[in-house]
Amino acid sequence: MRVPSWLADPRARVLVLLAVLIALAPLLFPSGYYYRVGTLVFLNALTVTGLVILTGYAGQVSLGHAGFFGIGAYACAVGTSHFGLAPGLCVALGAGLAGGLALAVGRPILRLKSHYLAVATLGLGILIAMVLTNEGQWTGGPDGMSAPTLPLRAWLRAWGVPLSPAQAWYALSGLVLLAGAWMALSLRESASGRALRALHDSEVAARVIGIDVARAKGRAFAISAVYASVAGSLMALFNGFVNPAMAGFMHSIELVTMVVLGGAGSVLGGVVGATVLTVLPQTLTVFQEYEMTMLGLIMMVMMIFLRQGVVPGLVGAWTAWRGRRARP
Amino acid sequence: MTTIASRPSRARRRAGAVRTGFAGLAGFAGLAGLAGLAGLAGLAGLTLAQPARADILIGATLAETGPAAFLGEPEARTLDMLVAETNAAGGIRGEKVKLIRYDDSGNPDKARTFATRLIDDDQVVAVIGGSTTGSTMAVVPLFEQAGIPFVSLAGAVVIIDPVKTWVFKTPHTDRMACEKIFTDMRARGFTKVGVIAGTDGFGKSMQEQCLAVAGAHGIEIVGNETYGPQDSDMTPQLTNLKNAPGLQAVLNAGMGQGPAIVTRNFRQVGLEVPLYQSHGVASKSFIELAGPAAEGVRLPAAALLVAEKLPDDDPQKPVVLGYKTAYETATGQPVSTFGGHAFDAYKLLIAAIERAGSTDPARIRDALEQTRDFMGTAGRVTFTPADHMGLDETAFRLLEIKDGDWTLVQ
Repeated sequence: MRVPSWLADPRARVLVLLAVLIALAPLLFPSGYYYRVGTLVFLNALTVTGLVILTGYAGQVSLGHAGFFGIGAYACAVGTSHFGLAPGLCVALGAGLAGGLALAVGRPILRLKSHYLAVATLGLGILIAMVLTNEGQWTGGPDGMSAPTLPLRAWLRAWGVPLSPAQAWYALSGLVLLAGAWMALSLRESASGRALRALHDSEVAARVIGIDVARAKGRAFAISAVYASVAGSLMALFNGFVNPAMAGFMHSIELVTMVVLGGAGSVLGGVVGATVLTVLPQTLTVFQEYEMTMLGLIMMVMMIFLRQGVVPGLVGAWTAWRGRRARP
Repeated sequence: MTTIASRPSRARRRAGAVRTGFAGLAGFAGLAGLAGLAGLAGLAGLTLAQPARADILIGATLAETGPAAFLGEPEARTLDMLVAETNAAGGIRGEKVKLIRYDDSGNPDKARTFATRLIDDDQVVAVIGGSTTGSTMAVVPLFEQAGIPFVSLAGAVVIIDPVKTWVFKTPHTDRMACEKIFTDMRARGFTKVGVIAGTDGFGKSMQEQCLAVAGAHGIEIVGNETYGPQDSDMTPQLTNLKNAPGLQAVLNAGMGQGPAIVTRNFRQVGLEVPLYQSHGVASKSFIELAGPAAEGVRLPAAALLVAEKLPDDDPQKPVVLGYKTAYETATGQPVSTFGGHAFDAYKLLIAAIERAGSTDPARIRDALEQTRDFMGTAGRVTFTPADHMGLDETAFRLLEIKDGDWTLVQ
């Protein structure tokens, strides 16, 4: 059987695969709760896709990305309740704020390398979380505040779409993830993406071949911030509730763990990492007190046997196996 | 997927460069993706193994781990103990109670996911939980929408004010604590008061409530300070309060380690005025952490803390003493007021299910709202359509710390 020409592009294969998985998964869903978990997976995967661009492509670490997630979330909560913004616009507002902040802060911060960069981004994330906690008159303080929910039920009825709101959110977040993955995959093969990967390998070499390293890094930082912010905004609209923990340090760590677990360099890896770390805690509840132990154990085993992350690790194992089989 | 995998030449050519091995990646992506899918499917499989429908399913989402574990842990142990007790006694009208309990670690997003799971997947008839105000407020809209009665174990007044049809709560509110403290201050002739509060959810909420009700009690706030929940030194804030004009007493709103440090620093900066703590410190560990500086500190607390010291004619004594003994025997750990909130929630719910004579969530809710004169560890509860907490200020006892132990202020 011949491969259709449009499938020859590896980008298209990843997207088709993702789309098929997103479309088929609901066949196994016995109740609305699974659509919620699915939506959480997609929104986490969207944030992680942004981090794949920053960490996987450009090789820059960020321990503060939950901060941008929080900006997106609070843009929707605060923007709609205090300024009467439409929910659609608040997503754009959050993205603008997060991207702008990332550009402004990125310049000085991204001059730093490795540990220093990690600590600087960590500080940024914590700072954002602190503002959200302390400016109680705007943000509702440490207990959070409610955000508007989209009147999905009414819309769906008006359009005659036979979906429940949970299913609609599943579809919407799935589509947004597909769009995000498509952009990330396209970026990778573009001139900017190649520049990012070049500076990942060696900043000096990248500079020698004429790449404006500071600019390229700043862009990657801003793009990943926008991803996080959009995911945050959607999360706020989905949950109808925001809280400072969304921007907190633990959430940043969780995001980085998803990237590393899945495999930092690949978009699909990010999605797998997000899936595993969102779904696992839900499955492991059967272990009650030992839930955290099990989670830690599984992650340790994964990282020991698949050092480069799940997807690149499995790809490596697969190609090695095929290589062995080809020459007996 | 077979078509992708049937191009080995390409896969092999790029085999060396894993990072750029896109073809191989796409080839293997099938498996990786399937793994993800299998994860979700596995989740489905696991939770499909549900108990027999004859059981009465009660859900709980509590902060058993994480920073609020000191709330969730005794709550979870209490619920486990009570469910075992109910079932040992033959259940409710012959039907066993089954508790489905999740650990949301105090994270509102997780709480929301678990609440969805309890409603959609486990199909429980009622839910206890939300150890913290944040996780409670995150799940309230779900229960309102699904029409499942929900009894919260969190403190803030926003949970039941305005009243929500399906939402009840058992702990006292911070507003009541403020009122109790201010009443005692007035009785002792203090009107110029300094407030210091933690910036965590509990401290912030109580600070707001205290400032709001101070005027009505004839209290003038002469100083207002805050500290971070993780701070290890509060002397600057306390020095500010010390310099406040005419200061007669200080009120500290906070929970966790902060109030213990405030208490120590309070004596260190040489403040001589009386110190009032909130019900957030009502555990023995506060006295241990604060040491001798805790002497003379007053606070409002539930009767549970002084169960043995209550006069014998106190109608609450059998309830709190009974729970205290049962809990300490079952778990080997000292009782806490937080577990008491879970005790009240469970007992209220079970009584409502019995009265309703049905496991229909709507009928349980109606029965719950008709609760009259229920004596719990927090006080006497009478729900009305306008009051879903049902406690009044008398539910709080005013305690003073003497010789490293609680004593009742008469």
